[in-house]
Amino acid sequence: MFDRHFVQYFDWGLFTVAVLLGCFGLITLYSVVTADAAAAQKTLVIKQLIWFSVGLGCMIISILFNYKQLDRYANSFYVLCIVMLIAVLFFGKYVSGSKRWLMFGPISVQPSEIVKIAVIIALASYYSKNAYTRGFTLRQLLIPVALVTLPFALIVAQPDLGTALLVVLIAGSMTVFVKIEKRSFRYLLLSGMVTVPLVWFFLKDYQKRRILTFLSPEGDPLGAGYHIIQSKIAIGSGVLTGKGYLKGTQNALNFLPEQHTDFIFSVFAEEWGFVGSAVLILLFLLLVIWGLNVAYSSRDPFGTILAVGISSMIFWQVFVNIGMVMGLMPVVGIPLPFVSYGGSSIATTMIAVGLLINVSMRRFTLE
Amino acid sequence: MSRYLKTADSDWYKQRIIGIILLVLICFAALFMRLFFLQVIKGEEFRGLSDNNSIRLQRIEPFRGMIFDRNKLMLVDNRPSFDVSITVKDAQPVAQTLAKLSTYLRVTDEELLEKTAGQKGIKAYKPVLLRQDIGRDSVAAIEVHKYDLPGIDVNVKSLRNYLFGRSAAHILGYLGEISANEIDSGIYPGVRSGDLVGKSGIEKSYDDHLRGQGGGRQVEVNATGQIMRVLKTVPSRPGRNVVLTIDQAVQRKAEELLEGVIGAAVAIDPNTGQVLAMASNPSFDQNRIVSGMTHEQWQVFISDPLKPLTNRAVQGEYPPASTYKILTAVAGLDEGLIDENTEFCCPGQYRFKGRDYRCWKKGGHGCVSLLQAIAQSCDVYFYQVGRAVGVDRLAWYAKAFGLGTPSGVQLANESSGLIPTADWKLKRTGEPWQEGETLSLAIGQGFNLVTPLQMAGMVAAVATGGVRYKPQLLKRIETAQGETTFVSEPVISGKVPISPRTLELIRQGLWEVVHSDKGTAKGARFFDLQISGKTGTAQVISRKDDEEETEDESEIADHLKAHAWFVAYAPSEAPRIAAAVVVENGEHGSSAATPIAREIIKSYLLKEQLLPLIVANSKPQNP
Repeated sequence: MFDRHFVQYFDWGLFTVAVLLGCFGLITLYSVVTADAAAAQKTLVIKQLIWFSVGLGCMIISILFNYKQLDRYANSFYVLCIVMLIAVLFFGKYVSGSKRWLMFGPISVQPSEIVKIAVIIALASYYSKNAYTRGFTLRQLLIPVALVTLPFALIVAQPDLGTALLVVLIAGSMTVFVKIEKRSFRYLLLSGMVTVPLVWFFLKDYQKRRILTFLSPEGDPLGAGYHIIQSKIAIGSGVLTGKGYLKGTQNALNFLPEQHTDFIFSVFAEEWGFVGSAVLILLFLLLVIWGLNVAYSSRDPFGTILAVGISSMIFWQVFVNIGMVMGLMPVVGIPLPFVSYGGSSIATTMIAVGLLINVSMRRFTLE
Repeated sequence: MSRYLKTADSDWYKQRIIGIILLVLICFAALFMRLFFLQVIKGEEFRGLSDNNSIRLQRIEPFRGMIFDRNKLMLVDNRPSFDVSITVKDAQPVAQTLAKLSTYLRVTDEELLEKTAGQKGIKAYKPVLLRQDIGRDSVAAIEVHKYDLPGIDVNVKSLRNYLFGRSAAHILGYLGEISANEIDSGIYPGVRSGDLVGKSGIEKSYDDHLRGQGGGRQVEVNATGQIMRVLKTVPSRPGRNVVLTIDQAVQRKAEELLEGVIGAAVAIDPNTGQVLAMASNPSFDQNRIVSGMTHEQWQVFISDPLKPLTNRAVQGEYPPASTYKILTAVAGLDEGLIDENTEFCCPGQYRFKGRDYRCWKKGGHGCVSLLQAIAQSCDVYFYQVGRAVGVDRLAWYAKAFGLGTPSGVQLANESSGLIPTADWKLKRTGEPWQEGETLSLAIGQGFNLVTPLQMAGMVAAVATGGVRYKPQLLKRIETAQGETTFVSEPVISGKVPISPRTLELIRQGLWEVVHSDKGTAKGARFFDLQISGKTGTAQVISRKDDEEETEDESEIADHLKAHAWFVAYAPSEAPRIAAAVVVENGEHGSSAATPIAREIIKSYLLKEQLLPLIVANSKPQNP
């Protein structure tokens, strides 16, 4: 398996971008924990570093085999992930009002992260076999809708609205990519308009409040509204060149909520300014475009749709997270890929990039 | 059909990918524009806001609900505590500011300087607590000289104030910082690390009502940390007030009577189950916990061998001793094994399977009928009744009277006591039940364990003719404005199947315990007050029957002395109060426990006559 071609065709560009982004994350995380007096936080950088290495290992593994084999195991992988999501509801660790983590000894795993990959593979497998230029009809879409609804419902039950929404966004993007038949599209639009008020009815109070807060942040001056104001102050006060590394006052004084996860971009932007933030966003853009280019050059439908799915996952996470901390999007808990603290998030993103590299390098070995 | 459709090919996909790339570029352009807007166009403005660090969030703590007794006498409220803190960055020059401050606080400025020592660099932005709970004079002085004291803040914090000191401490409970487990449990919404929540008693049981809801405000402060403008305010909602069923006059009386002994006393209204008083000694001073104990002090406190934190009224498990004979008699009568004319002769011991089971009276009671046996508490009589009934039927009656299960009163960690059955023993020890053990059981001296509250419930059931009400501490809940939001209704937790004839006999027997010439509780008499009850003397060490009782009773070490019991209700004809008293190592129930129960009953029933005296005794200690 390991031959000259492996090094020759290896997509070093993708790999470099991923590692660079990971380093940005570690550096920012270090700033967060240095500012925080709580001793328990100090180990976060080490933990993240360990997860980053684990992620690299996962990445290598997801490069070694030919991605076309995934097509065969798509269903079993999907079922495994669903089982984990069900297990979370029963045996999950309860942290501040929701059950998201499965404990394996000292390691906590967030199955809702890896399930995103499972959904992407399952959808790619289905769409690649049934795609016509006319697009998918409603009847053909029944299976994909079921494939998405199941994990969606299980993640909402945790509850983790952000990740659930992300699964829908990814699946939606993939479906639009393979095209929905015109008449079916109109039906979907109509039924969407009916479902939204229904979903609203089932949302928990705090989730409703968050959406209302997005529409008018003044509505929650002590919670999300205040967080967004402080986040905007943090980002804005970075000005052109930033306050300097480890010198962010908004960060140090704990004005930002969830500084090490959802709001880590604000910490980065405060310290590195417009120049640094622009570089970070450009790196993400580069990664997404690179992923789409992999899809473009792949010579089989499965590889193309897989690459589009993965690219959309990275895109949506970046767009929603950075949009949120800048006050463009609702306050939903979606981590920034590579940068936010979180083992499952890092590992999942690394696997995703590994699969992209996999698709990228095997276009050459096609006959 | 698919013959007519064009299969998606590589070129088709490529076309669509280009579309997607365009969409991605547009979205990222939006991000860049927003970033540019925030950091470049509005950047200086935000930099200014962050430099002054001027928008702050202040919490508005809710006012915790108060607790009252049944007559709306206030038991617990809050008092303000003024805390001084400094934000070093705003307090320049620090030494000069502290020097001024020290004169108002009447402390040396070295003491204050010490606390600000480490506050350099980024930490200078964070306020540091200098002193807690300063006097009102100091507060006034600081407020007046506010402009000379940059960076100095006085914050008002609410402290819990228990008006009667250690009185009813076990019922009311105390507050403590929320633990990590409690935060994770999800039952304390909106409570943050460092906040106080009820840790025991009513403070814990009704924490969600008492706590209220915190508010807060966004404020803009100037360079010296003074509030220039309040941007947004969300008001807090005060907690609800809790009105208890406790009658503080009776409660205080019970506590006074228990002073100097270890034990518990419970009084309930048999017709509703409302708890009128529940005292446990030794007790503790909640105000000491409020004002903060060091770790060492706390360790000493909780390792006290007398366990002052234990509420003996609901957590203390004692052998019921002769008070259990009420139950044995009910079982014997209702099972048709005895009637009022059944006589047994008591020569001072009862021989069964080669062993002598002794009566507490050395010479014996002679031949006694049921009523005499109850009044004189003849052990030999009840050995034989109990033997006839058997262990499992006795247990059945005990369960009917609410023994062996927690009563359900609104306090955490209530004990269930223990009512043994033959099965229970086999499972527990692997050995079959011995009939001789039933004999001990019949006089309340076997494996059986009860709490004082359970015994009060049992005697209350006799008082009501068999209806058992769940004991309740909560009378009602009110809003801070006095609007009633919840009223607790009496809850029937069971009915004892007791025939009218049996009831009449038992009540007659209990009346004779106090009022007949040979009754064991003559000490409970008080003029024309009609009290019915039953005494009990619970052996701490088992009386060895084959062993001569050589030592004089006064020589027995204190901790081996018997526990004294008295359970009673009054007035005998139309009971309005039922009580149970246990005094640990108090020897005979007739001497140690009976007068306490009598005085508790007096304080409730004769309140009008005794009121002036009670009021004089129950002035709040530290208002």
